[in-house]
Amino acid sequence: MSSNILEIKNLSKYFDNFTALKDVNISVKEGEFISILGPSGCGKTTLLRIIAGFLQESEGDVLIEGKSMKGIPPEKRPVNIVFQSLALFPMMNVYENVAFGLKRQKLPKAEIKKSVLDMLSRVGLQGYESKQINELSGGQKQRVAIARSLVMKPSILLLDEPLSALDRKLREHMKVELKELQKEIGTTFIYITHDQSEALVMSDRVAVINKGLIEQLDTPHNLYNNPKTGFVAGFVGENNRFEVASRDGQKVVTKHGWQITKPDLDFEPTLMYIRPEAFIVDPDESMKGVEVFEADITTILFDGANTKMLVKPEGKDEILIALPQNAKFQALKQGDRVKVAVAHENIKCYKE
Amino acid sequence: MENNKKVFYILLAPVLLWLVFLIIVPHIELLISSFKPNSGDGFTLENYSAFFADKIYWKTFINTTLYAIGVTLLAFVVSFPIAFYLTKVVSRKYASFLTLLLLIPLWIGELVTIYGWVTLLGDNGVINESLKFIGLIDKPLPLLYNNISMTIGLLYMSMLFMIVPIMTTLESLDDAMIEAASDLGASKWTIFRRIVIPHSMPGIINGSIIVFMLVIGDYVAPNILGGKSSLWFTEQIYNQFLSTFNWSQGAAFGFLLLGISSITIWMALRLSGQKLDKVGE
Repeated sequence: MSSNILEIKNLSKYFDNFTALKDVNISVKEGEFISILGPSGCGKTTLLRIIAGFLQESEGDVLIEGKSMKGIPPEKRPVNIVFQSLALFPMMNVYENVAFGLKRQKLPKAEIKKSVLDMLSRVGLQGYESKQINELSGGQKQRVAIARSLVMKPSILLLDEPLSALDRKLREHMKVELKELQKEIGTTFIYITHDQSEALVMSDRVAVINKGLIEQLDTPHNLYNNPKTGFVAGFVGENNRFEVASRDGQKVVTKHGWQITKPDLDFEPTLMYIRPEAFIVDPDESMKGVEVFEADITTILFDGANTKMLVKPEGKDEILIALPQNAKFQALKQGDRVKVAVAHENIKCYKE
Repeated sequence: MENNKKVFYILLAPVLLWLVFLIIVPHIELLISSFKPNSGDGFTLENYSAFFADKIYWKTFINTTLYAIGVTLLAFVVSFPIAFYLTKVVSRKYASFLTLLLLIPLWIGELVTIYGWVTLLGDNGVINESLKFIGLIDKPLPLLYNNISMTIGLLYMSMLFMIVPIMTTLESLDDAMIEAASDLGASKWTIFRRIVIPHSMPGIINGSIIVFMLVIGDYVAPNILGGKSSLWFTEQIYNQFLSTFNWSQGAAFGFLLLGISSITIWMALRLSGQKLDKVGE
């Protein structure tokens, strides 16, 4: 028996003639924060609903705490969901919402009260017990939904894009809060999202799903720096995407006519990705293992610390380059010609 | 600003005319005549005292009220599963078609649908003839002219007014809420009792008020489908106006009916903890 709290084995799901999930394998250790990241319609919600028991898998198995979940209904599984719409019960107040699950277990009243009050204070909502749901702000509703699930002491907490309804500022704030809450409580979180920044910031590991297939299951760091597939490179983080037309020895030629050297390539690439921050503007002459080229600045995109610029090397490609905010680059303007370097290892090529 | 006001009054005028001339004025007229003797002038309470004096009047009155409450409850029991099925179970494609089917009795009119039930339930009706044909009975069953046939008729003509408001509230029930309750370990019955019913309460109250009013004030179904024992209070009113030509007596009975339905609805709202101004929501 393994120590994995959740094991998804060769899981597939078909709807009529549509394959929603294909041969998915994921192992999750206790206390991990795992994100399932993918564009909408990639099958991530289907996966979550199968884990929760609202959908039946077509093939494969889901094991929670080493036990197969085949034929076990949602209410009997040791998992709880925080829904995208939160699905709080508007006919009950905050206390009744959080106590709902415990009451179903027929626990003594005093015990329920202790657990609920304890959980509410953990999510920072002490004193809100008798508030009605419609009196709460978006962030508070969020916390009630999380408290309502966590109070059940689930082995795994499933979160279905719970931050998507919040405005941007609050979302940034809740990201940090959620990560800290998870660290403090230690429950295994499986977080579904299409927002790569949410996944990268909060998770221990991220599974990137595309068209029902897991493209890569890795730490945020590896996902960002060593994407295994072109899809992951394009989906996670900002990236410059080049379609490759041909390879001429060590030179890669893009469709729009830009050429760059990528040594040690042992396959014919069709796609090439280079991160905006991988480019070094005005490089030191002594740098080794880099590719240096000249380009014209077409646009400066000022955004404080995130300022970037678009440059045009030879050919029709346009490259997005992150610009560090120091005095050295403040004088740069549209039409200037700049020298740019990029390390060979930061040029990522993919077959497809 | 000035112009807006003009438009407002122009739009308001038809409503006011309707209210004043078709509802308020006739009611005042009737109210006045209920305090008048049948012939001649003067003020009298005898129209009201006659009601309490004769057992048949107040007994019918109480029976009608209790029966109308019963039919309303029955309408809820029958309508709720239908409304739930149409909003939450069946796919959207068929739901609107099925709802349209439910509307058909309304297009035909109450009198015709009630006579439809006569042809179904009568001694030589569809049901009795079929049963005779397959040899289950040799004498027709007495299906018509009793409380059961009357209840069927009342239910049939009022059910839709229960189904539609409940459907409206159920449509606004987030499916995730049902799933969340189930995820938290609630049984189907608990979900129904703690989530679905409380959520659809405004629709239930709304529907109940309409059904109760329709049933207590109905004349056709009790008259055509009901038997001798199922005397409806509206029939008493009808008799006063058109058989004995005692309009003052009829007016008094009419106001007693208005009174009892208002009181019943008020009590029902109090008991269910709902407010009248919230019911429309």
